[in-house]
Amino acid sequence: MKKFLIALLFAPLVALANTGVHLDSWPGSVGDKPALQNGAKVFVNYCLNCHGASYFRYNKLMELGLSEQQVKENLMFTSDKIGEQMRVSARSDEQKIWFGAAPPDLTIIARARASADGSGADWLYTYLRSFYRDETRPTGWNNVVFDKVAMPHVLNALQGQQVLNHESHKLELAVPGQMAPADYDKTVSDLVGFLVWMAEPQQEFRQKLGLGVLAFLAVLFVFAYALKKEYWKDIH
Amino acid sequence: MSFWGAQVIVNLFGAIPVIGNDLSIIIRGDFVVGDATLNRFFSFHVIAFPLVLLGLVAAHVLALHETGSNNPDGVEIKALKDEHGIPLDGIPFHPYYTVKDIVGVVVFLMAFSAVMFFAPEGGGYFLEYNNFFPADPLKTPPHIAPVWYFTPYYSVLRAMVWNFFGLEAKFWGVVGMGASVVIFAFLPWLDRSPVKSIRYRGPIYKTLLSLFVVCFVVLGYLGTQPPSPLYQLLSQICTVYYFAFFLAMPWWSRMDKFKPVPERVTK
Ligand code: HEC
Repeated sequence: MKKFLIALLFAPLVALANTGVHLDSWPGSVGDKPALQNGAKVFVNYCLNCHGASYFRYNKLMELGLSEQQVKENLMFTSDKIGEQMRVSARSDEQKIWFGAAPPDLTIIARARASADGSGADWLYTYLRSFYRDETRPTGWNNVVFDKVAMPHVLNALQGQQVLNHESHKLELAVPGQMAPADYDKTVSDLVGFLVWMAEPQQEFRQKLGLGVLAFLAVLFVFAYALKKEYWKDIH
Repeated sequence: MSFWGAQVIVNLFGAIPVIGNDLSIIIRGDFVVGDATLNRFFSFHVIAFPLVLLGLVAAHVLALHETGSNNPDGVEIKALKDEHGIPLDGIPFHPYYTVKDIVGVVVFLMAFSAVMFFAPEGGGYFLEYNNFFPADPLKTPPHIAPVWYFTPYYSVLRAMVWNFFGLEAKFWGVVGMGASVVIFAFLPWLDRSPVKSIRYRGPIYKTLLSLFVVCFVVLGYLGTQPPSPLYQLLSQICTVYYFAFFLAMPWWSRMDKFKPVPERVTK
């Protein structure tokens, strides 16, 4: 126990395992509604069977410019109540047995995955494009930015299969998928956009509001400063 | 991250010899950081701390009424009064300082809103990225760094790696960290200089103070970094200087060259 406590105090000694990886920067933006809608579609189709987004409710998806009908028909498979959280039916302890690691909740993953290497969006954008075949892994997949990842490459039908060239350390497309590489990148970019938006749906509004607040404070500053000058005139 | 922060803070008490282990269990209310700890830390920060702050504000106002406010010249404004007993060099708090402080508050609010609306995470300094992962006692984050305003003291904590008098280095680290925070409170007794204001002090003071600022900033930077042998040595040098600056103050603060202090506040 004591050793453990000391280790905790000096835990920073252990260097971060993932650093030093080059991350591709995410080309999308959270203002792009059609892209977010597409991202939401990819998310519910390909991710929501393992990962929950349980801090998020389906009706929030209407903020992407969809009607309740559209959300119900196109994006809800596991539930029929629009106010329901986006949960998965599998329990995480069961999933842990199946995969070796429980798929974490993805609601705020875009914020959690930010680091000194790049934003969370950059990390996700790179991660979802960096799966490669590795027969030593139980799933048959490994990932450049997440070594020994327990998640299989669920989008491989779209992207195709990549292999890692051990000399150049570059990924090469061995078996093409249904999508051309550029289209696949766009799809992933939309999906990442959705994850970024989901992690903080108010971010655009927040920035707009911020401009207003700062403008108000700037005006207030002019008056406050003039008032101070006026009062202090007779002191100096 | 807060989970591990709480873990580290409580473990600091565990460094106290003999009673440490039991003490940290009492503080935590559990063998690991749990619900009891959360409730305690919450009430501590939301009730106990504000009460202490309130007391300090009262003490501050009382002290202010006793001695009067300071000024850039370090002149005792209560020494010279007019026929009504009003200090000649003083000005009333209201309206002069109230209007001045409105300006200060507005400037602060601008900085504050800039952070809140445009960079709430502040590059990981205001909201650490790890805070977006659920706490998991089985997954120790690889790099536990304290919040930025505590990093200098954290560096002091880490700089202590020697066992003295049969007590563990960890204990001395905690003592060092505590002392480096508390030592500021002893300044009135440590500073033996005949003048107050930096305007009338000599080169010794200015050099040593600049060095101190450099050390403080270096310690702050090192506190955010994962340690390495070079960083450790640097933080040890800075820590030694940090304490030497204060502990030797009674001597060096007397030796300086001073300029005469005027009786009245200068223009
Ligand atoms: C077959 C189930 C499964 C599906 C479907 C799946 N994942 Fe995963 N995912 C996992 C597992 C298991 C892990 C845990 C990996 C580990 O910890 O090694 C994981 C981990 C992740 C992580 C890393 C989280 C972290 O920070 O540790 C991200 C990001 C992620 N998945 C995103 C996605 C996205 C986006 C999709 C949809 C395209 C998706 N996943 C679909 C099983 C799945």
